[in-house]
Amino acid sequence: MKKILPKITLSVVGLASTLMLGGCNMVLMDPKGTVGQGEKHLILMCAAAMLCIVIPVIIATLWVAYRYRKSNTNATYAPKWDFSTTIEILVWGIPMCLIAFLAYHTYISSHELDPYKPIAAPADNPNVKPIKIQVVALNWKWLFIYPEYGIATVNEIAIPVNTPIAFRLTSDATMNSFWIPQLGSQVYVMAGMQTQLHLMATSPSPADGFRGVSSNYSGAGYSDMKFRAIATDQKGFDEWVEKVKASSKQLDSKDGEVYKHLRDNQMDYAREHEGNVNPEPVQYFGTVGHHFFDEIVAQYNHGHSTVEGHGNMNMDPAQSNDMHSGE
Amino acid sequence: MLGILTLKDIPYNVPILVGTFIGVAIIGLAVLAAITYYGKWTVLFKNWLFSVDHKRIGIMYIVLALVMLFRGFCDALMMRTQQAIAFDSPGYLPPHHYDQIFTAHGTIMIFFMAMAFMQGLFNLIVPLQIGARDVAFPFLNSLSFWLTTAGAILVNISLFIGEFSTAGWLAYPPVSELQFSPGVGVDYYIWAVQISGIGTVLTAVNFLTTICKMRAPGMTWMRMPVFTWTVFASCIMIFTTFPALTVSIAELTLDRYLGMHFFTNDGGGNVMLYLNLIWAWGHPEVYILVIPAFGCFSELVPVFCKKPLFGYATMVYATLTITVLSLLVWVHHFFTMGAGANVNAFFGIMTMIIAIPTGVKIFNWLFTMYRGRIEFTAPMYWTIGFMIVFVIGGMTGVMLAIPASDFVLHNSEFLIAHFHNTIIGGVYFGYIAGMNFWAPKVTGFKMSQGLGKAAFWFWFFGFFLSFVPLYITGFDGMIRRLNHYDNPDWHIWLIIACIGAFCILIGVVCQLLQLFLGIWNMDKPGHKDVTGDLWDGRTLEWSTSSPAPVYNFAHIPVVQARDAFAYDKEHGIDTRRTSEPYQDIIMPKNTSAGFWIGMLALVLGFGAVWHIWWLVVVAAVIILLTAVGYSFKEDKEFVIPAAEVERIEKEHSRNIMTQVAE
Amino acid sequence: MSENITSTANSGHHEHEHENHSAFGFWLYLMSDCILFGCLFASYAVLHGQFFGAPTFSELLKSGDIEFKTVAYETALLLLSSLSFGFAMLSAHKGSKGGTLLWMVVAAVLGAGFLGLEIKEFTHLIAKGATPESCAHWSAFFTLVGTHGLHVTLGLIWMIVLMVQVATKGVGSKMMPRLTCLSLFWHFLDIVWICVFSFVYLLSMVQ
Repeated sequence: MKKILPKITLSVVGLASTLMLGGCNMVLMDPKGTVGQGEKHLILMCAAAMLCIVIPVIIATLWVAYRYRKSNTNATYAPKWDFSTTIEILVWGIPMCLIAFLAYHTYISSHELDPYKPIAAPADNPNVKPIKIQVVALNWKWLFIYPEYGIATVNEIAIPVNTPIAFRLTSDATMNSFWIPQLGSQVYVMAGMQTQLHLMATSPSPADGFRGVSSNYSGAGYSDMKFRAIATDQKGFDEWVEKVKASSKQLDSKDGEVYKHLRDNQMDYAREHEGNVNPEPVQYFGTVGHHFFDEIVAQYNHGHSTVEGHGNMNMDPAQSNDMHSGE
Repeated sequence: MLGILTLKDIPYNVPILVGTFIGVAIIGLAVLAAITYYGKWTVLFKNWLFSVDHKRIGIMYIVLALVMLFRGFCDALMMRTQQAIAFDSPGYLPPHHYDQIFTAHGTIMIFFMAMAFMQGLFNLIVPLQIGARDVAFPFLNSLSFWLTTAGAILVNISLFIGEFSTAGWLAYPPVSELQFSPGVGVDYYIWAVQISGIGTVLTAVNFLTTICKMRAPGMTWMRMPVFTWTVFASCIMIFTTFPALTVSIAELTLDRYLGMHFFTNDGGGNVMLYLNLIWAWGHPEVYILVIPAFGCFSELVPVFCKKPLFGYATMVYATLTITVLSLLVWVHHFFTMGAGANVNAFFGIMTMIIAIPTGVKIFNWLFTMYRGRIEFTAPMYWTIGFMIVFVIGGMTGVMLAIPASDFVLHNSEFLIAHFHNTIIGGVYFGYIAGMNFWAPKVTGFKMSQGLGKAAFWFWFFGFFLSFVPLYITGFDGMIRRLNHYDNPDWHIWLIIACIGAFCILIGVVCQLLQLFLGIWNMDKPGHKDVTGDLWDGRTLEWSTSSPAPVYNFAHIPVVQARDAFAYDKEHGIDTRRTSEPYQDIIMPKNTSAGFWIGMLALVLGFGAVWHIWWLVVVAAVIILLTAVGYSFKEDKEFVIPAAEVERIEKEHSRNIMTQVAE
Repeated sequence: MSENITSTANSGHHEHEHENHSAFGFWLYLMSDCILFGCLFASYAVLHGQFFGAPTFSELLKSGDIEFKTVAYETALLLLSSLSFGFAMLSAHKGSKGGTLLWMVVAAVLGAGFLGLEIKEFTHLIAKGATPESCAHWSAFFTLVGTHGLHVTLGLIWMIVLMVQVATKGVGSKMMPRLTCLSLFWHFLDIVWICVFSFVYLLSMVQ
């Protein structure tokens, strides 16, 4: 039994780490955006650094357990030995060095990959302007507004590759987390608060787009709160915008019937059907009210919101709201 | 009359629940019938339910924990099965049920399994280990237990009357607010957690007082056994952080019952306030749980390696460092809320600093084993398994602590795999190792080593089968709490995870069988632990008989060194001081007050859930009167005459002699 | 050291030990309670100013609906109540049952006076539209101040129970630890009130 223990364990651990590190087809290991690529490298580097200690510790544990088993009377037995300054220094020192290394990269990467930090235009496309997308989480669907184009969509976005995207996000229902795994970071969306996220796709998506999800549980229809993010070249993007613009549907005001229906339909349905909902189909709105997003934020802030075009470092009331609680 | 409770709140049309109810009813009736048949009702109430003896309370806590483990584990099996079949199909659990199940799983496993198990171990061991006759406040101890039990019963009532929360185990608003959860589920959660939380704070106060004030003479702080140190650290964390839980849940209650605006979307409420408050409790909570598990390992490794713990002082300092640091890391649970890079970096680095003292502990156990003579008993299996599993969990924890990598790992299955990795590999392995190690002490019977080891193997491999797939799907962008999914890449992994869960089921069965057979055979020769020192122990609990007499120690032991009992054995000192004359011992009398207050708290909670206000008022008034009445009670103690003490002690000495002679 | 050891070891007076620990244990509980108030203060700090159309603090102050005078009276009553309880403890230490009871009655009456004023203030605020359900600010305000009030209420009930016990059992060694615990509790509530007074009232008045 004792001899099987090390072998089996070792093979399980080995298999696990091979699968975890070697699986290059996994979404997080196959990022299609600058942020995701940065995060992939960070994860792999930190995991590798830690494995340098973790694997020897596991091997040492098994070896010591085997070597100093009771039946092995050849092994040294030191019944009084319970302290060694050298070992103490080593056991505090080694983890400290590792953590110091990781802490340095934590600090650097926290700033580099801060979701609030705008992404610079890529070298091969230096004059490109970031595209603004406003995101509203509803139960259980995503509403996207392109303020510069005056269009809105449900559960589908399109973005041109090699173009920075600046998201501003809020919720008109429960708290959610906006995440396109293949592009990188996620960020929370909360009613009455605004958060920001900056992403950039580096290669086009499959025709049906990257998967997008809400990763923070938000109630019964959460599993179906999915959208598609189509990354395409500039031409494809322009065509997509035209397609949306061609839609006769419009989203005039947050108090309008269209929006109210959009906001409540799945919740009403779920109440009657043990939480089952029908996934919301993709919808296009050819026109959208001018300050639609701000109105949604403002209704939870006693009328306070911001106007378009504020700078990134600008502390608008809604944003300061969440920064404040973070302290 | 019945508030908002109506007949349609009884889920008689849900087959799974009706089946469960019939099962529970049959088992319950069988137990009641057995008690009646053997005429044990008086014994049950007088000697157990009303007991203030810390050892009996400890056993009751562990029984509660195992029952809750079974319940929580059934939830886990249902979730794993659902995810294994819900690829491109709705599976067999509609979201409304599935969401209740994962909420109940988390709530039960943390509050009523792990916390109960932990308090059970505190009770079983701490007074014995520090050479005390009981805890500082025996009545409060009984009250703590019954409040925890009341919470546990309330959660389980929700199975058959109404529904449980669907808002996740931490009831994040605004999902948990009335607007999005109009049912009574969240109310069940609120009252169950709140009632048991009071019990936990009382336990912490009780054990801190016991440890500070009631150590045997000569037991200085740096001679205190490491397990007691870890209990001390854990209690400090409980009484500094549980108020944050109390406040966050109370404010949620006010929102739901009185229409206040702490965390609502409108009215200026702030969701992030809740997240900050609840995680200010929630993160220390995992250290509250895991540090006593570390304590269990620190006690049993030296015993089975036949040498003292390596780096005792380091172990103590590491424990205290973790205690302090645990209070400074809570923001790592919501790096993705959009706080600034500096805030994130600070909390990320604080979090990974905890890995240093934790790593030191691992090394210390390793060097305790080094140059030892390791006896491979079941507790030792759990320990080595722990060291392997836990370092992996620690590594993935540090990965999550780096804000930038958390941005893609947060809320994913990777996170689920990580915390099960630490809670199963750390907390559960530790408690079970502790139980295997100390059960003979409190029960007086030995437990089957074979079944103990079998349980370990099934748990160990079951763990890897269940959670390595989740690490992988996490890397593949799978998020937590999904009811169904359409990504074909995940399906195979979730099937493997489901197989793993059933593998663990066999482990659970082995575990229960081990206990059951222990009890079944307890009177047979060879199954009894007659010496009281089954493993050649090092600390004071092994110096008294198994099970320990009600007064624990006839003479309070005098501590000469760290590992007091080992020192005494080595130097030929009679720890029990059998040659000295015995004296009368005054012990606290059993009382039903704790039981009744606990049950009334349950009634109060139930009334509050269903808005049966007259019931709430009646229960509250009776609780108050019971407490006041108890404070008027005069004779709360009884005397064990010196002759009786002498008789018990002589008998134990005779037992040891016979054992030695054999 | 060895004498010390044997003397403790041989004294089987468990009961005595128990009673000694209650003050220590209660003190620990108060630390926990203190953190509870800390969390309520934190909630108030985060939510304060979120009026959402409800009457604001400064509006109510201007219109004279919140009066500095009332709060000052409340403070005075509570501090004097604490002082009286201090005298009750002094009498108890001297073994004077009558003195203890007398001072306890004074302390209880002053405490009840505080509570009365607070209830009056609450009802007035609610009448003016500053209700707990009107907005986050008032939710946090009523919860924070109300939790303190609830503690005072429990303290009063406890005081009455102890008065009955002192009257029937005297102020012997059994009663002293109980009185000490209540004394700790009563002074603790003073400290919390000073914080409420400074952070909730004074700070808003200065602004």
